[in-house]
Amino acid sequence: MESVGKSMKRVDARGKVTGEARYANDLKPKNCLTAKVVHATIANGRVLSIDTSEAEKVPGVVKIVTCFDVPDIEFPTAGHPWSVEPAHQDIADRKLLNERVRLYGDDIAAIVGTDNVACERAERLLKISYEEYDPIVTVDQALAPGATPLHPNLRKDNVLLHTSFRSGELTYEEAKEKAAEEYGADQLLEHSAVYQTARIAHCHIESATSWAYVDTNGKVTVTSSTQIPHIMRRVISQALGWPVGKIRVIKPYIGGGFGNKQDVLYEPLNAFLTIACGGRPVELEISREECMASTRTRHAVRGEVKALFTRDGKLLARTMDEYSNGGAYASHGHAITASIATIFKDLYHDEYGCRSDATTVYTSSATAGAMRAYGVPQAVFIADCLADDICQAGGFDPLKFRMDNCVGAGFSASNGITYYSYSMKECMRRGAEAIGWEEKRKAYAGQTGSVRHGVGMSIFMYKVGVHPISLETSSARMILNQDGSMQVELSATEIGQGADTVFTQMASEITGITPDRVYIISTQDTDLAPFDTGAYASRQTFVTGKAVKKCGIEFRKKILDYASYMLDRPAEELMIWQNQICEKLPEDESAKIDPAAAWADFPDVDFKPFELKDLPNGEDSILRDTGNIEGKPGKVLLDMKDLAQTAFYSLSRSEHITAEVTSHCKENSFASGCSFVDLTVDMPLGKVKINRIINVHDSGRLINPQLAQAQVHGGMAMGIGYALSEELLYDAKGRPLNDNLLDFKIPTSMDIPDLETIFLELDDPMGPFGNKALGEPPVISVAPAIRNAILNATGVAMNELPMTPQRLVEAFREKGLI
Amino acid sequence: MLQIINMYVNGRREELAVDIRESLLETLREKLNLTSVKKGCGVGECGACTVLVDGVAVDACLYLTMWADGKHILTTEGLKTPTGELNPIQQAFVDEAAVQCGFCTPGLIMTAVELMGKGRRYTREELRKEIAGHLCRCTGYENILNALEKVLGYPKEKEG
Repeated sequence: MESVGKSMKRVDARGKVTGEARYANDLKPKNCLTAKVVHATIANGRVLSIDTSEAEKVPGVVKIVTCFDVPDIEFPTAGHPWSVEPAHQDIADRKLLNERVRLYGDDIAAIVGTDNVACERAERLLKISYEEYDPIVTVDQALAPGATPLHPNLRKDNVLLHTSFRSGELTYEEAKEKAAEEYGADQLLEHSAVYQTARIAHCHIESATSWAYVDTNGKVTVTSSTQIPHIMRRVISQALGWPVGKIRVIKPYIGGGFGNKQDVLYEPLNAFLTIACGGRPVELEISREECMASTRTRHAVRGEVKALFTRDGKLLARTMDEYSNGGAYASHGHAITASIATIFKDLYHDEYGCRSDATTVYTSSATAGAMRAYGVPQAVFIADCLADDICQAGGFDPLKFRMDNCVGAGFSASNGITYYSYSMKECMRRGAEAIGWEEKRKAYAGQTGSVRHGVGMSIFMYKVGVHPISLETSSARMILNQDGSMQVELSATEIGQGADTVFTQMASEITGITPDRVYIISTQDTDLAPFDTGAYASRQTFVTGKAVKKCGIEFRKKILDYASYMLDRPAEELMIWQNQICEKLPEDESAKIDPAAAWADFPDVDFKPFELKDLPNGEDSILRDTGNIEGKPGKVLLDMKDLAQTAFYSLSRSEHITAEVTSHCKENSFASGCSFVDLTVDMPLGKVKINRIINVHDSGRLINPQLAQAQVHGGMAMGIGYALSEELLYDAKGRPLNDNLLDFKIPTSMDIPDLETIFLELDDPMGPFGNKALGEPPVISVAPAIRNAILNATGVAMNELPMTPQRLVEAFREKGLI
Repeated sequence: MLQIINMYVNGRREELAVDIRESLLETLREKLNLTSVKKGCGVGECGACTVLVDGVAVDACLYLTMWADGKHILTTEGLKTPTGELNPIQQAFVDEAAVQCGFCTPGLIMTAVELMGKGRRYTREELRKEIAGHLCRCTGYENILNALEKVLGYPKEKEG
């Protein structure tokens, strides 16, 4: 490979280090009006009236709209592909502004003015009266008999959805009976526990921000910091009751998203406000506090679990009853809660089976939605706390227990997602070797004293993209310029992860045009950019990557057809090599890459690659295409620049060479990996010092190793915050207590140790370049690995996140350790 | 109430009528279109709006523009040479993949430029402390520290 697999520098790095890269708020026009959202000061109830008469007199106020002025339309906000089947459509449960207040801070009015001071003055003069109900902030309060249903039109109680998943035929009790027969009752052990994860905020450094105006062609045009421009366009259309064609969304560079911006946030309201102001530009940038309490959060989840296993460490059966705090509105609905139950079930192999029940509960608190790895951090925290607690109870080595019981090679989930390439166990071996697992477990046994050391681990699996649960589609466009360079246009979005750079590398690889002449259009404008659903589910290098590859193959063919015309030689004899049309010589047999040989680097890998089966619509030939590697460049015949000039301006055959394709992805694979942590616990202080932390990843072939590593660093840091310090807190009235960056503790540079990464680069046959998911996985296994290392150090099982000094000291006291 | 102030921004003298309540962040972004100065929180928690005032790194969101009268302000826009070459810190951020979403980047670069101005070298642990006022959610700080060490750290001993 020429470009793929190289650590090319980011295409946007220069723009970002010079401060010249433009983000949504940097692009607003000078005369922009500003909007402020008015939030409810009760957690549950109804707005009876809003008197705006005094507020409207404030100089500078242009327009005030209240929950009584918005269209009577409830709309969904999740960044999911739309389903054409009504039963699978996202839940529509909110209006632009809500008369029915479902959380403290619900959006009940909005003020547009010439500046923020005018808006804030006006807000203080609003006279709002409420009918107030008891706040139902927690899952238990919301499920209690007699709790007010938050969405009585949709659900008679506060259960958004309950689903049950299982593997195996037997119930837990039946499994127990059968195991007693098979292994003898005295050979069986059981463990039960309750694990609780925390609600956290994404804390992208750029707040949620947009500005909107009505263009001269009558289109409402919204520039937004979003991961999902095309989905946003559809949601704004639904929220306003306007046709999709009258909506235009523009997505420039964004300052982080992490799933929060995989939801449509205040953009529909922003669109409504500009329409209400006669189309004048209106900006809507919410404050940090609003961003933390009034957008989306990671679901806080309680897992009540039971496990049955043998005295020699064989896992027989597990059950989980999972309750997920969904907050006031559905957002992604039940999808995340269901994902938690599925991964809990699939990560380990239970001989007799596993049952996991998932319940998403509406509560009067911040809405939960997508956040990096979509429930899998919660699933793995529960599954891997349980795994180590089983080891503690049975006296097993956690590494050996996982080797013996984890998901195996060739695993195929009930929905068809398959481990086409698998190296979970090899990941564990490499991580264990790097941290010195055996020696450390021995060295740390039987410690006394108040400062103790521990080593812990955790494993994960993560599916690539959303097929078959939702649609996986992507399109790409390539355009030749007069100088032989090209544009690539996509609606997959750059959100900081490096998408623009890896797509540039892919386009270069397939077309033979060097990366410096591949211009990727970073800004998505839904009036121009071909359809793609955006950045989520670690899907883009896999799904959009395939669209780029398919488009590149077609673009290359069109260039070679034109070259064939110019040179009067069959296209099959030609290839593009570093911006030149060359003779294509047969590839040296010795230079051919034998897929089996690549696997020889992994002698311990438990599984050999799948034969690539025939896929519909020639998809298999796209996956097999290896770009210019198929041939060897011979004599240079024509410069791309001369070809392009001729194609543009030839009097006999003028042709604008472009390609545009849609790619539909119907196969996906699992990425996997693990975290290993070595740490020191100062028990009297409740202080955890991470000495070493190592993430091992099998994400298939890396498109850009340096950026891949950077992506893993960020996920690891987020995992450390999740483990030790982050939790969004509420009081009994449902008021947020720490919705700011001072009191909500995301890690600073002082809290993060040096971060170590290991990659296993096994080609996955379903990845367009052998690649699999990487964006989200790095966060998943960090928190449980830290928790298990604390268990190893102190013998204390911390079952609730985050493991703050207060909680640790309390637990150590309870055990009489301090 | 508006008042006239004079300040030097990226080497150029600016005479501006500013609201006495205006923060330097607002003036730089809204009046001078220096949009490298990012607003992450508006209350001094995140460091994204860091600029240099007479060589000292400050959160522009907490600094009233009135206080800048007669002072020299440097933002990331002022770092490139007239012919477009990057400052060594900027180049190190590019080379070490210390940039992801890029929103905290200009602020961090300004703190690094402040450190460069002190004319000394720093250990990695010292650099961790120096940048602790900057929040980054993308990088885990690893490559940012690598970039800073490259320019501000002690020379690495050659291996072997």
